[in-house]
Amino acid sequence: MVMAKQTRPISRRTFIAGTAGTTLVMSLGSVLPGCSREDAASELAAGASKQFSPAVWFVVDGTGSVLVNIAKAEMGQHVGTALARIVADELGADWSKVSIKHVDSDPKWGYMVTGGSWSVFTSFAMLSQAGAAGRTVLIEEGARMLGVDAAECKAHGGNVIAGDEQVSFAEIVAKSDISRTFSDEELAAMPIKPAEERHLIGKQGSALDVPAKSRGEAVYGLDTELPDMVYAHPLIPPTRYGSSIKSIDDTAAKDIPGYQQTLALSDPSETLQGWAVVIAENFPAAMRAADAVEVEWAPGPTAAVTEAHILAEGAKLAAEPSSGVKVVDDGDVAAARENAARTHTATYRTNTVLHFTLEPQNALVEYVDGVFHIHSGNQWQSLILPVLAKALEVEESNIVIHQYYLGGGFGRRLFGDQMIPAALAARELGRPVKLIFQRDEDSRFDCVRSPSVAKFDASFDGDGALTGIEHAAAAGWPTLAMAPGFLADGVDGNGKFDTFSISGADHWYTLPNHRVRAINNDLAQRTFLPGWLRSVGPGWIGWGVESFMDEVAAMTGEDPVEFRLARLDAAGKNAGTTPNSVGGAARIAAALKDVAERSGWGKELPAGEGMGVAVSHGQERNMPTWTACVAHVAVDAETKAVTVRKIWQTIDCGTVVHPDGALAQAEGATLWGVSLALHEGTAIENGEVKDQNLNTYTPLRMADVPELDIKFMESKEFPMGMGEPPHIAVPPAIGNAIFAATGTRVRDLPIRL
Amino acid sequence: MIEFELNGQAVTSESPPNTPLLWVIRDEQKLKGTKFGCGIAMCGACTVHLDGSALRSCITPLSAVENRSVTTIEGLDSDAGKALQSAWVEEQVPQCGYCQSGQIMQAADLLENTPKPSDTDINNAMNGNMCRCMAYTRIRKAIKNAANGGGA
Repeated sequence: MVMAKQTRPISRRTFIAGTAGTTLVMSLGSVLPGCSREDAASELAAGASKQFSPAVWFVVDGTGSVLVNIAKAEMGQHVGTALARIVADELGADWSKVSIKHVDSDPKWGYMVTGGSWSVFTSFAMLSQAGAAGRTVLIEEGARMLGVDAAECKAHGGNVIAGDEQVSFAEIVAKSDISRTFSDEELAAMPIKPAEERHLIGKQGSALDVPAKSRGEAVYGLDTELPDMVYAHPLIPPTRYGSSIKSIDDTAAKDIPGYQQTLALSDPSETLQGWAVVIAENFPAAMRAADAVEVEWAPGPTAAVTEAHILAEGAKLAAEPSSGVKVVDDGDVAAARENAARTHTATYRTNTVLHFTLEPQNALVEYVDGVFHIHSGNQWQSLILPVLAKALEVEESNIVIHQYYLGGGFGRRLFGDQMIPAALAARELGRPVKLIFQRDEDSRFDCVRSPSVAKFDASFDGDGALTGIEHAAAAGWPTLAMAPGFLADGVDGNGKFDTFSISGADHWYTLPNHRVRAINNDLAQRTFLPGWLRSVGPGWIGWGVESFMDEVAAMTGEDPVEFRLARLDAAGKNAGTTPNSVGGAARIAAALKDVAERSGWGKELPAGEGMGVAVSHGQERNMPTWTACVAHVAVDAETKAVTVRKIWQTIDCGTVVHPDGALAQAEGATLWGVSLALHEGTAIENGEVKDQNLNTYTPLRMADVPELDIKFMESKEFPMGMGEPPHIAVPPAIGNAIFAATGTRVRDLPIRL
Repeated sequence: MIEFELNGQAVTSESPPNTPLLWVIRDEQKLKGTKFGCGIAMCGACTVHLDGSALRSCITPLSAVENRSVTTIEGLDSDAGKALQSAWVEEQVPQCGYCQSGQIMQAADLLENTPKPSDTDINNAMNGNMCRCMAYTRIRKAIKNAANGGGA
């Protein structure tokens, strides 16, 4: 998929350099035979098709255009724009000549995942160094052409400049014939510009994908077609696991024009269990036939499981003193409890949440010459490729995933399981198959955010001061289900846990005694496929941690802001480390002070209104995006309806690469926080999700949007992630505001007063 | 065979009369800007205009548009529509963008009938259009921007 101003096919020859082994080849010069020296203009014109590709990540051609290859999924975060700005800034490119291409799953792109708010964080150094390598070579060659010393030159606006003289990248690439090889070590040593010399990073600019998306021209997976394709519609079993088909009766479907057949699918990867697909000439016929075909299933063992069962199991597990895996074990919580003058226990819960990407799951698959070409928007190609290989019983090299715009990701498209039925059917039919989920099927096959239970036990000394907290959190673990290789070891060496399902519990407050246990809820794990949903663990861990902090502050009679600031002392392990968390807890404290001041924290409010505060460190301790949030709510005395009047956020994510894109993410993520706090949530019923469409699943709408006041702290520190973190502190800030307004402590998400 | 006008061109469809208009537009006429979201008229991603008024094409049978005029995002060329599309870029509205054709078609209907909408007018008109990325604050700003002739 190519977006932005122009589409330009890239010759494979431009990628001769690049991926294999430990060296990155700089190949500057001709992919065409050299030109004769007749006149400069024709030479330049002839050189226009020359290309300079110092790394797989970008190509500069003889017109001076720069095409940046983006291996990350575009799902609304304008990631291609942010990554291209990193390259272009270091390169000294003319931004108006930069375009981007979202690439397929060729191994040359390395490990492919878009999630965790990692993209800028993990790409920044690599893309900066690639850009700097390109700049270095262009300057050397430009200096030669200008007859000056390279040290006198700089690259800016697509030109190499020395005093009053300059030569464009276009001329350099069109007229030169240079190649050079850089080792990884040389690349890593590439001088990166000081922040003061940046001209794109941190500056305002527009996103490359926005114009097409404003004209209906952006191509999503659902929009793809191939000649001779047929449509497929899923018939989904009553349980995720263990269902089998007893009989299929398609008698009633045979009268539907366009209906072809119903295929029962056998999936060696066991991702699909008891699946069938209806095949038809067009999708309306497939929808009608899916209603008409009668399938009798033998359901799996979890067909009667409910949300209440899963929450009860979580509560039982959390109550067992030695359950789970130790994630944090500072001091001695047991001794603190033994010596406590007072203890306090509270349990926080969250209910099942759907991803509800507006583009339903879909995949178009063509099996040709032994290769499966899969056309589908996806966030984690490197995760689904081995699963597809197992399902299709081929090598990964026989599978190519072609990328498109994602009509929402939010973690749903981290797992490309919808590709499997389309691929199985395409092979069986010998024709391209376009599989589309209707909304109910999309919800039923979702890898939902697991229901969760978090139990907190606080100890207080004789003076009433907090001496320790034990936090035990139970949920279904996505990483255990889909990527067990990424599980981490407990701090005492015992057991493995899903960092993504407990992150946020390892917070930056200094507590004398602090223990965190991560517990897998095996009933959740067996009933559904737990998924990574925007903010993942911190999205529900933060609900408990920051609500409980407020609860403890209220018990000790301290102001919630002062209580937090006293513990955000940046002492010991909370001092932070260079470069990612430099400053440590002091940076949350600074954000918290800022948001308190801007929101007028502590001011008098009318009866029934209140302000609540919460903080977060984003997705991971080692990739902290520091956020502080204040919510102002009003609670109707009669109806108990909660209205969010305003939300303030102060965010410190280090260097902001694409400021307007970061703000857009902060706005959307903040509203996600409001939605998950007050508007959306479902329940497992009869082994699957109860609410499957918008008639009963009710995310935030236009009329529910509160006033937002979002500020980014000025920073030149290393850039952290932005896609998820601003969501985390919002639900607890709202819950804490409800407490301030009413005196009622809410402990369940979604909040129901 | 059913005849109707699509973006100013006469078109015909051989599909059964109860075929949802959405799929005729997308798969027969190959205009992919109109999207499939919920299938029950509650997300608004499939919004088109029928004789100038916003309509959910996912639940509209083909027979309902016989001899009438349908406009999709690809054919939106009213002054309000063009102003909205410019404002969408100026305010950098779309995130994933999947709902935005529907949002713009709904907003164009709003501005045709209410050239200077209040916040309440915007809420009432736009509440049926879900944006899963929740770019709502920018959608509101862009509608106001377009209503004020751009550059606001």
